[in-house]
Amino acid sequence: MKEKSFFGRIDWFTILLWFILCLIGWFNIYAAVYDPEQPNIFSMATNYGKQSIYIFTALIIGFSILIIDAKFFISASPIIYIVVILLLVLVLVVGRNVGGNQAWIPLGSFRLQPSEFGKLATCLLLASYLSSQTNKNPNSKTLLIGALIVLFPVALVMLQPDTGSALAFFALIFVFYREGYVGNTFLLLGGLAILLFVLALLVNQWIIIGILTLIAGFLIYSLRKKRKYILNVGILFVASCIYVLCVDYAYEHILQSHQRNRIDVILGKIHDPRGEGYNLNQSKIAIGSGQLLGKGFLQGTQTKYKFVPEQSTDFIFCTIGEEWGFVGSTILIAIYLTLLLRLVNIAERQRTAFARIYAYGVASILFFHFFINIGMTIGIVPVIGIPLPFISYGGSSLWSFTMLLFILLCLDSSRKGLNG
Amino acid sequence: MNSFFARKFVIQGIFIAIAIVIIARLFYIQIIDKSYLLSANNNVLRKVVVYPARGVVYDRNGKVLVQNEPVYDLLVTPIEAKEIDTALLCQLIDIDSEGFQTRMHKARAHSPYRPSIFEKQLSASTYAQLQEHLYKFRGFYVQNRTVRSYPDSIAPQLLGYIQEVNDNDIERSEGFYRPGDYIGASGIERSYEELLRGQRGVKNQMVDALNRPKGSFMDGKYDTLAVAGDGLVSTIDLELQLLAEKLMKNKMGSVVAIEPATGEILTFVSAPSYDPNMMVGRQRGNNYMKLLHDETRPMFIRPIQASYPPGSVFKVVAALTAQQAGVINENTIFHCPGGYRYGGGRAIMRCTHVDGATSLVKSIQTSCNTYYGYTYARMIDSRGMPAPQAYDLWREALGKFGLGRTLGIDLPGEKPGLIPTSDFYTKRYGNDKWRSGFNISLSIGQGEMGITPLQMANIMAIVANRGFYYRPHLVKAIGEKGIVKDEFKEKISAGVDAKYYEPVIEGMSRAVNVPGGTGYRVRVPDVEMCGKTGTVQNPHGENHAVFFAFAPRENPKIAIAVFVENAGYGGTWAGPMVNMLVEKYLKDTISLPQYIQDRVFNANFLPTPKETKVEEVNKNTTNNNSTKQSNPSKKLVAEPRRDLYVHHSQLRKGHQ
Repeated sequence: MKEKSFFGRIDWFTILLWFILCLIGWFNIYAAVYDPEQPNIFSMATNYGKQSIYIFTALIIGFSILIIDAKFFISASPIIYIVVILLLVLVLVVGRNVGGNQAWIPLGSFRLQPSEFGKLATCLLLASYLSSQTNKNPNSKTLLIGALIVLFPVALVMLQPDTGSALAFFALIFVFYREGYVGNTFLLLGGLAILLFVLALLVNQWIIIGILTLIAGFLIYSLRKKRKYILNVGILFVASCIYVLCVDYAYEHILQSHQRNRIDVILGKIHDPRGEGYNLNQSKIAIGSGQLLGKGFLQGTQTKYKFVPEQSTDFIFCTIGEEWGFVGSTILIAIYLTLLLRLVNIAERQRTAFARIYAYGVASILFFHFFINIGMTIGIVPVIGIPLPFISYGGSSLWSFTMLLFILLCLDSSRKGLNG
Repeated sequence: MNSFFARKFVIQGIFIAIAIVIIARLFYIQIIDKSYLLSANNNVLRKVVVYPARGVVYDRNGKVLVQNEPVYDLLVTPIEAKEIDTALLCQLIDIDSEGFQTRMHKARAHSPYRPSIFEKQLSASTYAQLQEHLYKFRGFYVQNRTVRSYPDSIAPQLLGYIQEVNDNDIERSEGFYRPGDYIGASGIERSYEELLRGQRGVKNQMVDALNRPKGSFMDGKYDTLAVAGDGLVSTIDLELQLLAEKLMKNKMGSVVAIEPATGEILTFVSAPSYDPNMMVGRQRGNNYMKLLHDETRPMFIRPIQASYPPGSVFKVVAALTAQQAGVINENTIFHCPGGYRYGGGRAIMRCTHVDGATSLVKSIQTSCNTYYGYTYARMIDSRGMPAPQAYDLWREALGKFGLGRTLGIDLPGEKPGLIPTSDFYTKRYGNDKWRSGFNISLSIGQGEMGITPLQMANIMAIVANRGFYYRPHLVKAIGEKGIVKDEFKEKISAGVDAKYYEPVIEGMSRAVNVPGGTGYRVRVPDVEMCGKTGTVQNPHGENHAVFFAFAPRENPKIAIAVFVENAGYGGTWAGPMVNMLVEKYLKDTISLPQYIQDRVFNANFLPTPKETKVEEVNKNTTNNNSTKQSNPSKKLVAEPRRDLYVHHSQLRKGHQ
């Protein structure tokens, strides 16, 4: 009776979505790096064979987590955080340098990527800290400490330097937003900042400032009766102008040239299909050539013949786009979106702040990876090397995302036993 | 704590919005913008050229003259060539380690990922050795191609050779040729290039990002096959050509034999010759330079590019044109006191004999200079018009015999020879008051006259045909259908009526078949051969020996001209050659006494080589093949012309 209710409390739908994504990943890794001499999908000499092991172990890890008492994660979160921080320090000392990033700790034939687990630990500690605040109203001191919890691992990851992984932590802004630490205004300002950032790089800064002046003038004129708003508009206007000038300066003088190039390619400022733009261009060709229904399983020439780089890891979506076309891609996006919306719903049904905050953390990080990874393959965000959760090849990535998700499912399954 | 619950919708809204943006973007690049599909095909498809086999050339009896032989190009993809046993490879293909490095460097400069040619045209035996070890050399592989091969090593000047296209060829062809293609550079390889080369095929091959082949596209649905070049049936008789080349060994000169009824060239020898296989393979560059610097100019196509004063053969043309012009007839008799006096009796053009009263037949038979002095004087001085005008009429008549103009043989580089215009003499003498005495040596085929051996043989063909000829040619049928070019079927008149030929032919027959005739010693048993010997004055050395003939008299099968430079008397050297060739062709046997045969075969008329020149050749090895090519041949043409301007005073004794 008791056992049955345990399984009954588990959110099987989310597990199903997780499993479908893992299988999609596995089959597409098979297609992406298909080796006619190793046609067996379980062949251990290949990435797809290894991925089958990773999925199997992820399954064991996932269900192991489900049977752990949920309270463990609440109480152990500081310890997990410290261990991961130590690993992040350790990787800077003993790490293996792969592709310019010192992100890997070699463990026999296996390589551990601590930054993947950093997100998990950060989510747990952030949830633990924010939920422990008895003060009902969000205050800036809590926000500051919460922010430090996030920024500490970010700083360590940046030292590797792994900008992509570091950026993923910023997705946790959704958590702060949901918990009321940052308001709608902040979100709007954030949106405005991104908009101005892109515009500043594309258009001459003085033209933008001119347009801003016109908008500000119009707003001030229409709001002339309300002094308080006029002041806000004025401040916003001045801040925007300074921001635009800063962006331009930062872009020219602070960003490294390869980062600048990647942004330039995405903005279409430089057309260079053989140099910096090669990856993006080949990626778009692969996906674009998929057409409506795709070329079919194992028929993708762009990915199979290695025109697309990193095709089983960061650019796995190219294989999906090329072989399954618009229809297949849209189905994958729909599955992902379903998962993300489901996670938000799970978050909202939690009774404890810890579980809710953690759930939002999971949703935010998955969303960020989903958006940035697919966005870069189709050229709407710069090329940032981060994996597509559950789909990209790699043990560290699959296991850390699985843990992230299954800890949530564990918390969810015992939500009635936990008290806020 | 749930005061911010509504923010859930904002967050979900953002998730949905981003998903929609991604789907919209996918819709654009996958459904609307078709350029990505095109780029994808460009990425993976490589059009691989399939080279066709070049057409084979046969002799008139179906024996192979030129065929294709497989050779092997060694290719390397530098990025894959690692940890190989350099020393072993160098040893196998016979290069030194420095050569290995320069080749590797060149290949790497071309592209580290794409295969480039490491060493061209390895022979089958080199390849056999290499093949056993090839698995040890990662990144190296072998591609076979065909090169020309000449089983009997004959007739290089007429068969020609092929070479890699240069930039000009590529430009001229408007994209047909690509770098690395071969093109016929001389001989019939060049004149029939468009038929011999065949049609390239295209294989659509899929490649990966590093350009490595990954199989054919759509199971070869869009591939086209290579079409082999047309085979050519040459007019050459292999047996006769072999004999003629053997006869001309260690000599300079030409042999041209024509089948009068068709204009087909049976034999075409330019001596000294060389082995056409020298122009194939890895030593081609060295050999080419060696040939180019050879003093005896083996690459000079003497039958169509060398022109000589024709000597006695010209009397045949003179007799025919004079009859047609009506200045003499078959009964015309001139008195020969042993020479022709002209210029008011102050000068004399001597004859070897004192012939006395000479008829037209006898004038040909004994090659009487006096007779043709008189004939020429009538032609130029007694036609009721100024001499220059009469001269031009006469020159025009010669033109109909193909003299002073190209005959249109299917070989590149044919020269017209030289018959000066009247203006030439008007300029030389300062006014147009000159008369026959001013250029009387033309009457006997000496002086400022140049005729190619092909033109000489063609004159014999005209005489054999009694008044017409077919354009002499080297290819009688093209392709499987055996197409004959229309221009070779056209009967061309020499402008002299058939009835005027009999006395000339009778004279030529007597010269060979009547005891005491200049050609009596080389008559062919049971065949009435009509011919003439000639000895062309050469102020620079020994005279040139000439013999021209056709046989048999009725229904002639062969017209032939043999020209041996610096050999001496025509009857001694050229005559036996004609005898052997004609008898061989008509009766497939040679009855000439063995000692004469040996004497002819063993004779050596080549200039003794100068040692210093040889050293110079060795220094200049491979480079600038293409650029130097045209210049020397111009020089070569110019040289024999020195022989043309023989002054009257040098015409001592007459001619046989």
